[in-house]
Amino acid sequence: MANLISGAQMLVECLVKEGVDCMFGYPGGVTLPFYDVLYEHQIRHVLVRHEQNAAFAAEGWARSTGRVGVCCATSGPGATNLVTGLVNAMMDSIPVVAITGQVTTKLIGSDAFQEADTFGITRSATKHNYLVKRLEDLTQTVHEAFYVAASGRPGPVLVDVPKDIFQAQGHYQPVTSIHLPGYKVFTEGHTGQIRRAAQLLEEAERPLVYAGGGIIAAEASGLLREFVELTDTPAVVTLMGLGALPSSHPNFISMPGMHGSYAANMAFQNCDLIVALGVRFDDRVTGRLAAFAPHAKVVHVDIDPAEIGKNRVPDVPIVGDVNRVLTRLLKMLREAPSQPGEKIGAARRAWWKQIREWKRQHPLEPVFSSSEIKPQHLMAEIDRISGGEAIVSSDVGQHQMWAAQLIRFNHPRLWLNSGGLGSMGFGLPAAMGAQFANPDKLVFAIVGDGGFQMSIPELATIASNGLPVKIIVMNNGYLGMVRQWQTMFYNNRLCGVELDCFPDVEKLAGAYGFKGKIVDQPSQLAPALEAAVREPGPYLLNVKVTATESVYPIVAAGAAINDMVLGPPQPVPVPAE
Amino acid sequence: MLQVISLLLENKPGALMRVTGLLTQRGYNIESLTVARTLDPELSRMTIVVDVDPALRQQVIKQMNRLINVLQATDLTESPAVVRELVLVRIRTAQDTRTAVLKEAEIFGGRVADSSTEGFAIEATGDPEKLNEFISVMRSYGEIDVTRSGALAIALDNKKLRLQPPVLTKGGGNKVEEKVV
Repeated sequence: MANLISGAQMLVECLVKEGVDCMFGYPGGVTLPFYDVLYEHQIRHVLVRHEQNAAFAAEGWARSTGRVGVCCATSGPGATNLVTGLVNAMMDSIPVVAITGQVTTKLIGSDAFQEADTFGITRSATKHNYLVKRLEDLTQTVHEAFYVAASGRPGPVLVDVPKDIFQAQGHYQPVTSIHLPGYKVFTEGHTGQIRRAAQLLEEAERPLVYAGGGIIAAEASGLLREFVELTDTPAVVTLMGLGALPSSHPNFISMPGMHGSYAANMAFQNCDLIVALGVRFDDRVTGRLAAFAPHAKVVHVDIDPAEIGKNRVPDVPIVGDVNRVLTRLLKMLREAPSQPGEKIGAARRAWWKQIREWKRQHPLEPVFSSSEIKPQHLMAEIDRISGGEAIVSSDVGQHQMWAAQLIRFNHPRLWLNSGGLGSMGFGLPAAMGAQFANPDKLVFAIVGDGGFQMSIPELATIASNGLPVKIIVMNNGYLGMVRQWQTMFYNNRLCGVELDCFPDVEKLAGAYGFKGKIVDQPSQLAPALEAAVREPGPYLLNVKVTATESVYPIVAAGAAINDMVLGPPQPVPVPAE
Repeated sequence: MLQVISLLLENKPGALMRVTGLLTQRGYNIESLTVARTLDPELSRMTIVVDVDPALRQQVIKQMNRLINVLQATDLTESPAVVRELVLVRIRTAQDTRTAVLKEAEIFGGRVADSSTEGFAIEATGDPEKLNEFISVMRSYGEIDVTRSGALAIALDNKKLRLQPPVLTKGGGNKVEEKVV
């Protein structure tokens, strides 16, 4: 007769089998039995200072590695604090497994201490969730959770475990297979449709690749590169997809959309074929949908059938893993290499010429000043130091857009940001998670003075683990993006956007035992950043930038994406009285 | 526009919540919903009638199919299907109209489920529109109470059921030694 083990031990066994070696969490009453098992286990548990940051750190881990990130919280407030992080992972399709404790099964529904309806609350915040009510379901559920999180279109999965299930004793049964008959994962793509896509590509005079986060999730960056090179197609890469094609690649046309480049948006509006790969025609990319890419036929490849036709109805829908579909498409293109006629050849050359012209007319370029640090100057310096190789975790707002515009990424999984949800407070904990996963890599957390103040508690986690994260605060004294909108669209009636009290970073970092510095002179910026990077430990750099700089180009919400405001309004001379 | 959706889903806690949540999340009003076990006790069949913008009907079906507990979601709004509903009507009748009420009920295929000096309880099935007529006729005879089951639908053509086969897990790798507590 085999020995009995507890539910908590079974859970840890499952985590080990899933290859979990690091998790981010915050303990509490009902997870005590679980922590009692972790005590004697090799899985590294990182104690964060707020559960929301456990979820964000798990995402940073997942985004930078491609593996499932794991976070853990107790019942009630612990679980509800995870919710923002879960929704964030849901919006950006990031694989995360959250383990939450729940009150004892007998107490569920009795308004017990620290009870919350986690299962109900997280229903729409997760790809799938579970409440484990019987010990015999526990191991199966945990493995299912990992499988669901990582397969198909990735996403967060939550497993809610009541305290008595952690404590119950039972026989451990290894789980050999998962049967989810209703969980359809489409991978291969329809052969006929792929052939049709190849055909449209051959006929296109002005083709454009529109690549996004799906390329990164599918580990298809190499294939994307082969594809754009073989077909010599220009590629716009979305906010979520940065790094999917090296920013230095000649076919890379930068980010499209609301704060995208002129060339990228004009390319959309003038192309005759869009090859959409792992993207979802998000409103921040398309602008007013009815006016988006009016001349283009669309080939849309996505693993999630619900994304196909959700916003833009494609001419060639391909439901499949973009990795598999690109592999097969490349094979087809190579087996029957197209011989473009003279007309198409000439049109393609003219198309490239036009795109280069757009790039030349309105490039995404940093702005410099001799008297103050321009935010774009900061991004240009970080770009110089990174050289396309550092992990850059961004918070949400103006700095995020400038970073996306100006910092190059030569590989996938270097650019971490909250794209879909736009959750402030993401940048610092995500950088933390990424640094745990990549201890030898240079990790920047680029945060605004707003988002940074949402994440200050995690300075303790960074300090106590000696994480060499370089925290760069782009400090303009405002909630800059909101300030920009109030200025541009609400007659400059600034309300609730002034961040007039910011801690002294030398003292703040010093209080946690590491170095911090203020820099406000343009000439001091490069040396200050270099000193931060040289520092073996964490570093907090408060960069005081121009207070009222706005992000350009900008497309107003609801406008067509070629309706771009390319720069600040020029001063209008005041007529003499 | 009313959309009739037939769902085959796992009979598991939370499955109903996922389906209704998906609709309420998008602000759709559910007109009726019925659910019961199928021949396979592990599965349920659900019929939902919901008010959806016609342009979004396909998207609703796709989102339903995305739910892990849902094996198949089918739009029966325009496909060949039988849609039926049960109605229970309690009617207070005076002595002089009792016979007339019974005759009217018979025309609609209604059956008396309970009879008392006060009146009748009558059950009737039919397609929802026919039942509307039945109810309005009954109403003309006196005070009524009505309970409707909501629509039940069955497709008349065979939709191929595509199910995901089992997959191997990392859990089955090598058997771990069980620990002594």
